[in-house]
Amino acid sequence: MANVFHIVVCSGIVPDPLQTLEPAPGPTLKNEMMLPAVLDPWAASALYEGAALAAKHAGSKLWLLSLGPKAKLQQVMMTVGQKVPFEFVAVDGPLGGFTDATSTAAALAEAIAAIPGLDRTKLLLFGGWESASRGAGVTLQVAGELLGISDQFQGVDEIKVADDGSFEVLERIEGGRHQQSRCQGTPAVLGWATGNLPEPRNSPQVGMANMRGIMPALQKAKSVKLDANSLTYASVSLPKQQRETRLVRDLSPDEIAREIVQWIAE
Amino acid sequence: MDNILVLTHVDESGALSRASLESVAAGVELSAAIGATLAVGVVAAELSADIPAQLAGLNARVLAATAAELAEPRFASDAAACEALCRHASATIVLAPGSSRFTRVLPAVAHRLGGVTDTHITALTGGTQVEATRWYYRQRVEAVITRTARPWFLLLDAGTRTPYAAKGTAPAIEAVALAMPALRTQVLGIKAPKQDEQTIRPDAKLLFVAGAGWTKKQADGQVHAAEAEQCILGFLKVADSSLGSSKSLVDQSGENQAVLKFMSHLNQIGQTGATPRHAKGLSTCCHGEEPHVVGWRFVNERRAINLDANCGWARGKADVVYIADAFAVMQRVNALLSEKK
Ligand SMILES: Cc1cc2nc3c(=O)[nH]c(=O)nc-3n(C[C@H](O)[C@H](O)[C@H](O)COP(=O)(O)OP(=O)(O)OC[C@H]3O[C@@H](n4cnc5c(N)ncnc54)[C@H](O)[C@@H]3O)c2cc1C
Repeated sequence: MANVFHIVVCSGIVPDPLQTLEPAPGPTLKNEMMLPAVLDPWAASALYEGAALAAKHAGSKLWLLSLGPKAKLQQVMMTVGQKVPFEFVAVDGPLGGFTDATSTAAALAEAIAAIPGLDRTKLLLFGGWESASRGAGVTLQVAGELLGISDQFQGVDEIKVADDGSFEVLERIEGGRHQQSRCQGTPAVLGWATGNLPEPRNSPQVGMANMRGIMPALQKAKSVKLDANSLTYASVSLPKQQRETRLVRDLSPDEIAREIVQWIAE
Repeated sequence: MDNILVLTHVDESGALSRASLESVAAGVELSAAIGATLAVGVVAAELSADIPAQLAGLNARVLAATAAELAEPRFASDAAACEALCRHASATIVLAPGSSRFTRVLPAVAHRLGGVTDTHITALTGGTQVEATRWYYRQRVEAVITRTARPWFLLLDAGTRTPYAAKGTAPAIEAVALAMPALRTQVLGIKAPKQDEQTIRPDAKLLFVAGAGWTKKQADGQVHAAEAEQCILGFLKVADSSLGSSKSLVDQSGENQAVLKFMSHLNQIGQTGATPRHAKGLSTCCHGEEPHVVGWRFVNERRAINLDANCGWARGKADVVYIADAFAVMQRVNALLSEKK
């Protein structure tokens, strides 16, 4: 029998990593709404892997679910929408890493439960194993719990589906190794690391097709307030960035090598 | 009053992992600081004699959830074990190592208990309230947080404190009953590079980072991939260091350019890579751009070799930058180190 997957990729949006960040009271980031944003990188791997999986299994569907301020989501979708075909689901909510992961998870789980036509027995809940903002690895896991999914994998670099609908997963573990597991089948949660696929090139055709769904999804987006779950910040600060760099310009390779060897031994 | 439970697990040797013992040490400190009760929970297939010995002298209840299904890390079985331990201990604060095993499962367990989780904790203090330090935006913003919600699960980054040192008598261990759910996932094993190809060594003193410059055209207009490979692998062997990479270099393997076969995304350091802990780091042929350097947050002493005096390292990101050809320098470094060995 053919395997059909209903893949929901959860991804936040984060400031472009090349931007300078500065915390501001709230806490928040200074000029957060002005900073150019990108799809959260590890969740972006999940999106590309999800799209490849959906393309391989006829009849499968792929949704991209993102929580953020509508205006910002729209900006990011202009580029992300050109990468792979998906149906967009938006939740209008606050930006940033300082919100509480458990509340974010609840908002995402509620949005997933409300997706029309989603068959939860076929569900693969995808996302990044950690975000580039809060970096907690909590959101996807709690969303999985709320949806009653008992098989979860984190730090995933590969999924291989067998004919019987079971699949093998490689998860990152300590020391540059992977744990290999076989799951009987959907539903499951997969928090992705890098995966194996390069970023797809922009395709104007894919962009046009996605755009038809993206604008209505943004209009329909439900607004949520995220409860802090008693999380409070005693301080938020930037680390001391500058080191006093000693530039060594006129030593020969031999002299440099000796200096390095001595430093290693110290 | 808070009840602190430290969750621990064994490593492949059957003894408690080093990171688990670091969490035990954190529990001892925190319970004293805030006047909380302390318990330690062990997740293992079976209790080896190592475990009570490792916890000798501990003034705490020691609970254990054991089952054959716990021989390998897996979400459903580990969640059941951790949940049982937390309930049995009536834990209000749960400390645990931020290992791959526990990060996969503890936020879900916290949720089952109506609690909350914060991960990647690098420091913990207790006075009138418990305060935890962690990083946001991939090690670019540091914050100190606190919560009144309980149970509060805190996953501690490995390498952030000294492990618990056993002394005195071994504690008695109480078995905690465990209802194992039906398991739909079977763990098949571990996929690891062969021993001599293992380049990621979390315990190494030195991190050696290779950047895309190693596979770029050099002064003679040629690419020297074979020599690059020799230099890098040669160094790893004589210096017992761990190998990191820039994103540009590992991305090449997906794009069929001149590649270094032993490199994978697992080696990548930075924003979308790893943030390892090492005492020293040596960067070579890597530009030191911000998305890379955030992965060096926990590398104390940093040196770089780059042809370009305007590279990122030279702008306050390294302690010393050698403006030189890394091929020439590393060949000599390798020669000197092999002589010493
Ligand atoms: C969303 C996003 C996420 C990112 N995440 C990461 C990340 O996690 N990690 C990461 O590394 N990057 C990341 N980047 C990419 C980052 O911005 C840089 O592009 C990347 O780090 C550059 O890699 P590099 O320094 O190896 O290569 P290059 O920028 O090509 O630099 C090569 C360097 O080699 C030097 N060189 C060449 N030959 C020699 C020689 N013989 N001797 C000495 N020096 C030599 C050159 O002078 C140059 O400085 C990210 C970017 C984005 C947009």
